Amino acid sequence: MAEAFKFELVSPERLLVSEQVESVVIPGAEGEMTVMAHHAPVMTTIKPGVVTVKTAEGKAERYVVFGGFADIVPAGCTLLAESAVHVADIDRADLARRIQEAREDVADAKDDETRSKAEQFLSQLTTLEGAILPA
Amino acid sequence: MPSLKDLRNRIASVKATQKITKAMQMVAAAKLRRAQEAAEAARPYSERMGAVLANITQAIGGGGEAPALMTGTGKDDVHLLVVCTAERGLCGGFNSQIARLARDHIRKLLADGKQVKIICVGKKGFDILRRDYAALILERVDLREVKTLGFVNADAIAKKVIQLFNEGGFDICTLFYSQFKSVISQVPTTQQIIPAGVPTATAEATDGGSAVYEYEPEPGEILSDLIPRNISVQVFRALLENAAGEMGAKMSAMDNATRNAGDMINKLSITYNRQRQAQITKELIEIISGAEAL
Repeated sequence: MAEAFKFELVSPERLLVSEQVESVVIPGAEGEMTVMAHHAPVMTTIKPGVVTVKTAEGKAERYVVFGGFADIVPAGCTLLAESAVHVADIDRADLARRIQEAREDVADAKDDETRSKAEQFLSQLTTLEGAILPA
Repeated sequence: MPSLKDLRNRIASVKATQKITKAMQMVAAAKLRRAQEAAEAARPYSERMGAVLANITQAIGGGGEAPALMTGTGKDDVHLLVVCTAERGLCGGFNSQIARLARDHIRKLLADGKQVKIICVGKKGFDILRRDYAALILERVDLREVKTLGFVNADAIAKKVIQLFNEGGFDICTLFYSQFKSVISQVPTTQQIIPAGVPTATAEATDGGSAVYEYEPEPGEILSDLIPRNISVQVFRALLENAAGEMGAKMSAMDNATRNAGDMINKLSITYNRQRQAQITKELIEIISGAEAL
């Protein structure tokens, strides 16, 4: 069994998770990454997606996050999410609203740079929707 | 001299008022507990955010990469004041204290020949500042419909401020809110959020920082993502402190009101009893003197 390390998932409203875990899958801005104990120090921004936490007892928990960043040090991992909810508690209407807003952003974008950013964000959101719908 | 009936009505009405203030006090106490919990729950995020921010600025090492939100425009001609107050009154001097602090600040800035713009969060501050500085108020953020303060509310305010900054609308942004010390003491505070001062690394952060960090994407890019978020967090914290402070102030104001109503009822009851006694005595005298006359 892999060694456990401390994982914290914090949203501005509250501390969601603070426990010993075996591994965490983070949707990093430049690709998904799995964090285990003694990971090299990394700081990364995260895109909207699903964080999968495997606790020390072997349970797997999934959380939906909407952007934020992760601070990984050998001693543990802190994930500061802009907004985070457990997959079971996700509000579909809220997600649909976010997608709608992202679509409007794409339509409103004035130059190419903001448009490509908005489109990227939209595609991340729709992927996320696809990923959690069957759940 | 009021009649007995008047006094009776008066006592009844003060009693009704006392019931209301008592109820408001209890509601405020319950809400205060919730507001305090919310403020406490938000603390880990802002603490970690501070640590991460210190870490990353250290990594950049004060190079020219720091975004304008952090270093400022290099001028201080146009000031933006974000004044956060409560949406409702009946909470003692809570709103007027914040407004007074803001007004003093505005007066000083105007005297120095600076330009001032105001964003009001909350109805009460708007009402007070509108009297003197209506022309300076850009906007009023209404949170009356909001039952529980969420991060989205703070984020919306922060986004507006940042957008204005990017358009070159102001040079320095200051946040006015009330710091929650305890139930009976709330201290109106100012906090400069743009340009954000470069945070100094705490001992704990430097420990972790000795290891070489990898950044994904580049530190500069993370920082430019982080700073706006940090501003949202500061606004959020200010709003939460305000919410707790408002409830604390309301609780003590309503407690005072309840006690005053009690005092008033006592005084009125004494007057009432004395007058009733006087009337009885008067009636007795009338009967006795009538009997004697026979």
